[in-house]
Amino acid sequence: MSLLQVQDLTVSAGARELVHGVSFDLRPGERLGLVGESGSGKSLTAMAIVGLLAPGLTAGGSVLLDGQQMIGRPDRDLVRLRGAVASVVFQDPRSALDPLMRLGDQLAAPIRRRAVREGRALSSAQLRAEQIRWLDRVAIPEPDRILRAWPHEVSGGQRQRIAIAMALACGPRLLIADEPTTALDVSSQAEVLDLLGGLVRDEGLSLLFISHDLPVVARICDRVVVMRQGRAVEEGPTARVFTDPQDPYSQGLVAAARRLQSALENPA
Amino acid sequence: MSLFSLQDVSYAYPRGDTVLHDVSLSLETGQNLGILGESGSGKSTLLRLMLGLAAPSDGTLSADGTPLDIHSRARMQAHRRFAQPVFQDPYTSLDPRMRIGRALAEPHAALGLPGDAQAEIARVLAAVNLPQDSTLRRPRAFSGGQRQRIAIARALIARPRVLLADEPVSALDLSTRVRVIDLLAELSRDLTLVLVSHDIAIVAALCPRLIVLQHGRVVEAGETRQILRDPQHDYTRMLLSSLPRLPDSKETAR
Repeated sequence: MSLLQVQDLTVSAGARELVHGVSFDLRPGERLGLVGESGSGKSLTAMAIVGLLAPGLTAGGSVLLDGQQMIGRPDRDLVRLRGAVASVVFQDPRSALDPLMRLGDQLAAPIRRRAVREGRALSSAQLRAEQIRWLDRVAIPEPDRILRAWPHEVSGGQRQRIAIAMALACGPRLLIADEPTTALDVSSQAEVLDLLGGLVRDEGLSLLFISHDLPVVARICDRVVVMRQGRAVEEGPTARVFTDPQDPYSQGLVAAARRLQSALENPA
Repeated sequence: MSLFSLQDVSYAYPRGDTVLHDVSLSLETGQNLGILGESGSGKSTLLRLMLGLAAPSDGTLSADGTPLDIHSRARMQAHRRFAQPVFQDPYTSLDPRMRIGRALAEPHAALGLPGDAQAEIARVLAAVNLPQDSTLRRPRAFSGGQRQRIAIARALIARPRVLLADEPVSALDLSTRVRVIDLLAELSRDLTLVLVSHDIAIVAALCPRLIVLQHGRVVEAGETRQILRDPQHDYTRMLLSSLPRLPDSKETAR
């Protein structure tokens, strides 16, 4: 059975429709990429799935997340489902972290919430052990220093790893990552991608990965949906779509990415 | 004669960290130079020094054969005609209230350029493939790629010999990005480009020469082709191996 079933999803701003009936499925353990340029509706689609659309935007159609209908559900229900079923990692780790809160306290919040949800008592020693375990999972050294540090005291790559640790500490079954490596340097981008891929595999999660960067998507996703102006124009296994695209728009996109890449083999 | 010549240039913020250490480079006519580095490498600082927005704390920087004295009005006026910048974000580099015609006329007047302003505006709009009636519209009427063309047109008004571009395509979508790279390649037949970027592919597409900066030091310099084929420094190797790639297509699979 699918973990996520999106059927005829629409997103509208008043009378104006921005996403026009997008449908796709995501099975447990699968890694799906939503690719497209700015304005394609890829982020709106992702935010509609977890009910995090900005005020003034409304979603229609059907989104079944772990069998639960997300569209039209009151926010107090969604709060419970977010984290328990799906959590999100955003592009800019600076906006995901509270600048006035130490990293350890921020990481403690999802750990505590999960314990409450699972009816576990959590001693402060257990909490600390969990914090350190999560930092270790996202390959952050010197946990004692990091837990006491403020967000501005660590690098962009480390901030994004902590945001990933917080998202996973909720214990979700689906991780939604919206351009999680776009704000990072090339070297930390590769590390964060490999880390994300490994964690998703080890924890048996599904991944919905939103990006405009085709090579990045090729590195981490099994399947892709290409979006353009609020429509899904093509869907298929990553290797097939990126080597033999069928839709004219996907063909143009893949050709542009290949042209950029070809400069590496044949520089000016 | 070199367009730019930097000898052991260092830069430190007043009572602050040194962000560039002993950088030497020369820019020759027709030899586009790529400056590759990650955040904090000092690549944008280096470009600011070349623009004359700041002076080196140590070392010498010459442009067009003479040392650049940023406190001399006349010297800087000449330098603005010699070298023009293009910045990353076309949404912030244009004044949203100013019609494009005025935005393009302004540098023509400010730099005291010869020739008829209207004719020059027509020339630069044609050079970046934008319609002539663009002058009547404001920036919000244009897409990101078109705005970056306008920013480039604004730089071209001065008929500069060097274009100093800081991540000029990073904020653009993939298909737009390819078209702006084509435009820069076309323009660099008549001027020499210094391209600062974190993206090896874009540097490779435009620049036959390359320097790699790490923590404010040049760790590798030479021909782009040679560096890509046989990188000497561990850092360059790491950057190249970190690049995600598309799966081989049927056409290119050997």
